[in-house]
Amino acid sequence: MKAGDLTELAVRNLREAVLRNSLTTLGIGVGVASLVAMLSLGVGLQQLANRKLASSGLFDTVFVYSKQNLRGFGRQGTSNGSSSNAPSNSPGTSSDAPEGASSNPNANSKAREARRLDEEARQELEHLPHVVEVYPQVRFPTEIRYAGNPYTTMVAAIPGSARGSGAFDGMQGSFFSSPSADEAILQMEFAKDLSDQPSSLIGKELVLRYAERQVLGTQAGATQAEGSDPKAGNSSGNASGDNSGEISGNPGISIVPRDKILRIVGIVDTEPAAGFGGLGSGRVLIPIQLGEKLRAAQGNDLRDVLRGPGKKPTYPSLTVRAQSPGQVEAIETAVKNMGFAAFSLLDATRNLRIFFAVFDLLLGIFGSLALAVAMLGIVNTLVMAILERRREIGILKALGAADRDVKQLFFLEAGVMGLLGGALGVGIGWLIGRAVTVGTNIYLRRQSLPATNVFAVPWWLVLGAIAFAVMVSLCAGLYPASRAAKLNPVEALRYE
Amino acid sequence: MPTNGAALRADRVTRQYQMGSALIRAVNDVSLEVSAAEFVGLLGSSGSGKSTLLNLMAGLDRPTSGAIFAQGRNLSEMNARELARYRSLTVGMVFQAFNLLPRMTLEENVELPLRLAEVERGERAGRVREALERVHLEKRLTHRPSELSGGEQQRAALARALVNRPTILLADEPTGNLDSATGLEIMNLLQEINRSLGMTIVLVTHERPLAEKFAHRIVELADGKLVSSGIKRTSEVKV
Repeated sequence: MKAGDLTELAVRNLREAVLRNSLTTLGIGVGVASLVAMLSLGVGLQQLANRKLASSGLFDTVFVYSKQNLRGFGRQGTSNGSSSNAPSNSPGTSSDAPEGASSNPNANSKAREARRLDEEARQELEHLPHVVEVYPQVRFPTEIRYAGNPYTTMVAAIPGSARGSGAFDGMQGSFFSSPSADEAILQMEFAKDLSDQPSSLIGKELVLRYAERQVLGTQAGATQAEGSDPKAGNSSGNASGDNSGEISGNPGISIVPRDKILRIVGIVDTEPAAGFGGLGSGRVLIPIQLGEKLRAAQGNDLRDVLRGPGKKPTYPSLTVRAQSPGQVEAIETAVKNMGFAAFSLLDATRNLRIFFAVFDLLLGIFGSLALAVAMLGIVNTLVMAILERRREIGILKALGAADRDVKQLFFLEAGVMGLLGGALGVGIGWLIGRAVTVGTNIYLRRQSLPATNVFAVPWWLVLGAIAFAVMVSLCAGLYPASRAAKLNPVEALRYE
Repeated sequence: MPTNGAALRADRVTRQYQMGSALIRAVNDVSLEVSAAEFVGLLGSSGSGKSTLLNLMAGLDRPTSGAIFAQGRNLSEMNARELARYRSLTVGMVFQAFNLLPRMTLEENVELPLRLAEVERGERAGRVREALERVHLEKRLTHRPSELSGGEQQRAALARALVNRPTILLADEPTGNLDSATGLEIMNLLQEINRSLGMTIVLVTHERPLAEKFAHRIVELADGKLVSSGIKRTSEVKV
């Protein structure tokens, strides 16, 4: 029999015993609902955990360092082939031997010199697949002046993408109006230092006093590589001026105190850890472009000076943000292939995925128990149907139905019940999820905690649950269908 | 053994059943030949084995020994699928209890063999109407069996047996549940079908007068054995 005719007959047969078949279908529905509810809880909790972890900015980022930072100047060439993932961008940990005074006179060492993390490298990183953005670590000590009082603290620059990370959810005020705005967001504890009523600080101005680095002029006039203000060069001693005779042509840098007036636009409760070893622990946050424009002196500036003439300024580290945590591994590999050291918390996310896979599996097993009971219901319904329709099966065979036709008919009836029960179960499961979410949020609100969604019914779960229900129903229909097909037509026709 | 000209041939057919410790021979060493377009009446008392023989001819059952040939093909050598195809396309069956599916309309009941034979949907409506016109039920398409009289139900069953245009019609006590007038009406229809379509008909009945009136030949069974294979009648039967 053709598939269309079989389906038509199967649906017609199901309609005939509508009460019994509806109850069986409802049984499947309850089984699937239990499965969907359990797995939705697992998926929801996984997504919640992922969201919380992602909001820390740790799991979709790769932190890039120059290998020379780990080994010291002039020695990187000797061990370029090895790598270490340990993050270390502190200048204090690096050898202070100047590049020109390499202890390895080997001619090949220059060819194997570790790559520097400069603007060229940054642009190259930006063009890697699945990279959303690349931004440097801008974090420096500062003195804040507010209401005539000085406060020493750390300033960190953060990218615009940090806004959506969740760290700024529930902040007072607003996020930066633009990546280069003269604005600041204060960490709550620091805001409390400034005022007893932190919220009153929003809209007020503070003065950021910081140390600006300026590249000193050389004979070649390459001084303004960073576009520094020429006036500022006189305000402090020429840090490298005395050394210019020792390291030929080294422009050196000058450290100049600067003031910048910033408007306070927001106060954030938690300290955004925007990147491991990167932007975290800043108590005053400023936009990333503003942070770069300030050219505040950082630890690596000393290394740049020591490294010698003609070298472009480098970044202490760069943070590469991936489109999703799943792409971090590929990006990390690509970064390492470019000759940089890279670090990510990939292993931590992998362990988390394993944990949730096991968790989901256990929930799925518990959820499937109800479906197993429903499976028995299908067997019972179809066996009863065979007894009732014994004569009909005999007639069908007398009219030319093959055993296969009869088997397929019963099989299809089981499948249709599975399909309808699966769809019904997904609907019931979704409703259970909504009810649990509403209940959870009422409880959270009473505990003065922010509302959250602990349930998630993704499309793969909807389709998977329906497919599973159909598969289970077909398995349940195997025995009855086979029994119906084997009925002796002569005996079946005699049946009253 | 050659089977030239025979629509159906039973060659030393035996069908036995185990009933507890007893072995029942429902059909015992029966040999019979039915020619193409012949109308054979199979007579016998209850339990004589006539319905069992008919079921064997219909391919609903298999003989314990011997062979049934239908148009030269040994049914015993056919697999289940081939037998189903034989039942679908070569033979049509009419039963004493009509055996219409109660939840289907007349049209759907008659269409069922066409579905099983995988006839194209577009062709079915015409075939159903043609079959129902032959039994004069074309105006009762949408009625369910419960809305029809016994005679109408049997006519509908006849239409269902004819819809796949088989060459052999096997009728098992088709008048058994009908009054004599309606029974006569069905017998007339069978005769008309036999004459106009040249269809081979094997009629199982225990009503000797009816069989004598309509069948070309009467074959008698008793206790599973062939008692008489009858004489072929050539005269027209007038009713």
